[in-house]
Amino acid sequence: MNTLVGTGFLTRLVLRRERVQLTAWLAVIALLAVGTAASFAQLYPTQQGRAEFAASLQGNPVFLALTGPMFDLTTLGGMTAWRVAGIGSLLAAFMAVFTVVRHTRADEENGRLELLGAGVVGRRAPLTAPLLTVFGAGLVLALVVGGALTAKGLPAAGSFALGLGFAGAAWVFGALAAVTAQLSQSARAATGIAAGVVVLTFLMRALGDSTGADWLSWISPIGWTQQVRAFADERWWVLALPLVTTSLLVALAYVLVARRDLGGGLLATRPGPARASASLRGSFGLAWRLHRASLLSWLISVVVLGLVLGALAESVSDVLRTSDQLQRILAALGGSKGVVDLFLAAMLSIVGLVGAVYAVQSTLRARGEESAQRAEPVLTASVGRTRWFGGHLVFAFGGTALLMAVVGAAMGLAHGLRAGDLGGELPRVLAGALVQIPAAWVLAGLAAALTGVLPRAVGLAWAVLVVFFLLGQLGQMLQLSQWLLDVSPFTHVPKLPGGEFTAQPLCWMVAVTVVLTAVGLIGFRRRDLG
Amino acid sequence: MTTAISVSGLRKSFGRARALDGLDLTVTTGEVHGFLGPNGAGKSTTIRVLLGLLRADGGTAELLGGDPWREATQLHRRLAYVPGDVTLWPSLTGGEVIDLLGRLRGGLNQGRRAELLERFELDPTKKGRTYSKGNRQKVALVAALASEAELLILDEPTSGLDPLMEEVFRECVAQERDAGRTVLLSSHILAEVEALCDRVSIIRNGQTVETGTLAELRHLTRTSITAELGAEPTGLAELPGVHDLDVQGTRVKLEVDTAELDAVLRRLTEFGVRGLTSQPPTLEELFLRHYTDEVRA
Repeated sequence: MNTLVGTGFLTRLVLRRERVQLTAWLAVIALLAVGTAASFAQLYPTQQGRAEFAASLQGNPVFLALTGPMFDLTTLGGMTAWRVAGIGSLLAAFMAVFTVVRHTRADEENGRLELLGAGVVGRRAPLTAPLLTVFGAGLVLALVVGGALTAKGLPAAGSFALGLGFAGAAWVFGALAAVTAQLSQSARAATGIAAGVVVLTFLMRALGDSTGADWLSWISPIGWTQQVRAFADERWWVLALPLVTTSLLVALAYVLVARRDLGGGLLATRPGPARASASLRGSFGLAWRLHRASLLSWLISVVVLGLVLGALAESVSDVLRTSDQLQRILAALGGSKGVVDLFLAAMLSIVGLVGAVYAVQSTLRARGEESAQRAEPVLTASVGRTRWFGGHLVFAFGGTALLMAVVGAAMGLAHGLRAGDLGGELPRVLAGALVQIPAAWVLAGLAAALTGVLPRAVGLAWAVLVVFFLLGQLGQMLQLSQWLLDVSPFTHVPKLPGGEFTAQPLCWMVAVTVVLTAVGLIGFRRRDLG
Repeated sequence: MTTAISVSGLRKSFGRARALDGLDLTVTTGEVHGFLGPNGAGKSTTIRVLLGLLRADGGTAELLGGDPWREATQLHRRLAYVPGDVTLWPSLTGGEVIDLLGRLRGGLNQGRRAELLERFELDPTKKGRTYSKGNRQKVALVAALASEAELLILDEPTSGLDPLMEEVFRECVAQERDAGRTVLLSSHILAEVEALCDRVSIIRNGQTVETGTLAELRHLTRTSITAELGAEPTGLAELPGVHDLDVQGTRVKLEVDTAELDAVLRRLTEFGVRGLTSQPPTLEELFLRHYTDEVRA
């Protein structure tokens, strides 16, 4: 029997359902590359300007960690590739993960796949169609990025090498999502695991690039895009790494899909208690049950994240001691303490964004419950709307604060022990994590406001988060105007440790959060549900 | 005689689509009221307005003497609701959901809970994601029937139940009626409504087209009969209330006004009945016959 029957039809269906989102993702990534190249061309038109730019950054571990290895910062292409290879791959990876899970496990979980599976559709077709879509999207991305950069006057080889690097990231993580979709029965978990691996591989290359542990960069698919060395004597063979990895992951996904039933996971569902425990009481008890597993897995992840980042912070200054030239950079950055503080502050700014992801995800769970019609039984059982929505918001706001405190404590603990000054360093790092809380809360407030007022557009909260992320990553280097940078709450977070602490912006962010949340709660009381 | 639900001139639109267009509905305390209509007629929308989930565009709605939108929380303590499409939390067991919903409403009759679980043959230890549609419906039914609520709002509660369980459901609702509870039963299964309901409202395109006791609506119903007889029948066509007669040798198919059923059956037995099936017409058939002309006109 042909297990691929119907793949063509299903692929068209996936494309039809994804036409807006997929186009938006591709446009954002392509614009990121082209816009960066254009900005650099305007800011550093001369060879001398670029040489100065390169000299000011070369070997700076903070930029190595946040952005990537610097192969050739004296050409426009080299600067562009350095600046966007990591972020572009990260976005391509998320695009692939979300798309694949949405059309595999998510469709299976809500029964749509059953409807299709009963038609003339082979066993492997429902998995193949989204994979083909993502692989195709990767190729289109490579062509668009390569073509657009070439049209901007950059060398064609480097342009397409960078584009293919992005494509490789999309392929690898699309295939990875196809595997995680087989493991778990819930789409949420499948996305969570795959997205967690994406973030992990980004951090692996950040650590590998900044601490000299090259092997970490070489086992990270995000790192591969950078190791292709677009515009800097391209290493084409590196592109074989994503191809091989993708093939292996796809093969694994097919093996797994053949071994399980429709709707099932690899882990069997066990029976649970026949009676509700005393804690499952009221809408708050229910909210706790619904947020519990997610919050716990986030906590474990950020503890690991904090310990690793904290433990490696000291190594950053070690790397700089290896040569005279780097010694001068070290001095310019305020000595070894200064550079470690800069590194910690830079990492904490990423941790703040991770916190914002949790803030948005947990706030939108309320809308998810409503869409799945699971709000109805609770709201018709004598629970007021504000109380119900508020129960979810408690976990969104409280959970975000808890995550930041825990990650700060873990990072401060590891760094303090390594630096031999636990009592001194722990509070400084913890403070750096805690000041991220209000900024992450603003995103939770935005998600709450959308839930209350524009429930069909809650996805905007994610889009805004991506914009804030890009502003933070690119804004200063591309010298975007200050008012634009000021839109992002993360621009206003004090750069701790090392920077100056000011309470005023934090108070403003809390005030904005309160207003947005109030709008959300009031809107939710007044609108139709469903 | 007090009124549990009183709706008049209710209007509700979703964008351009008009779901309710001046709907009237009155449910008396202590009665089982059938709420009938084809798919998309506006039954669920009406119920969702009554539950305070949707806000009406116009008209009035009163539930247990209160405003369903403004006093939702207080009113919900006194009612239990079973949606037509029950979705459960994937990671909670059926037993946990029953207890949770009971606690939210302020109490559950434990003896009744155990009895209902047994009668519906429901395993309360299974997780929400592993239940079939029928079993999910049973979870919601047990939670509602075991509550102390004075009003039960049931929206097509048997659409996923097998015939055995449907029978159990009918027994349970009959018990609730005897215990003095008010039930609003939305359905498009006429037999179920006939078996349970004191009064019936029929809606179509967001408007009430018929309302009254079953006896009053009896003129709407025809029973279709297929019989295998001992001999070729004669004289059936002359009987009052017989329609669509089709005689093929000893095999007879006909439709008869339910009021005239007795005479027709007497006639049939004269020829020796070898096999007999009788079927009340589906509601959709009734609608087709009764209202097509009206719509055209």
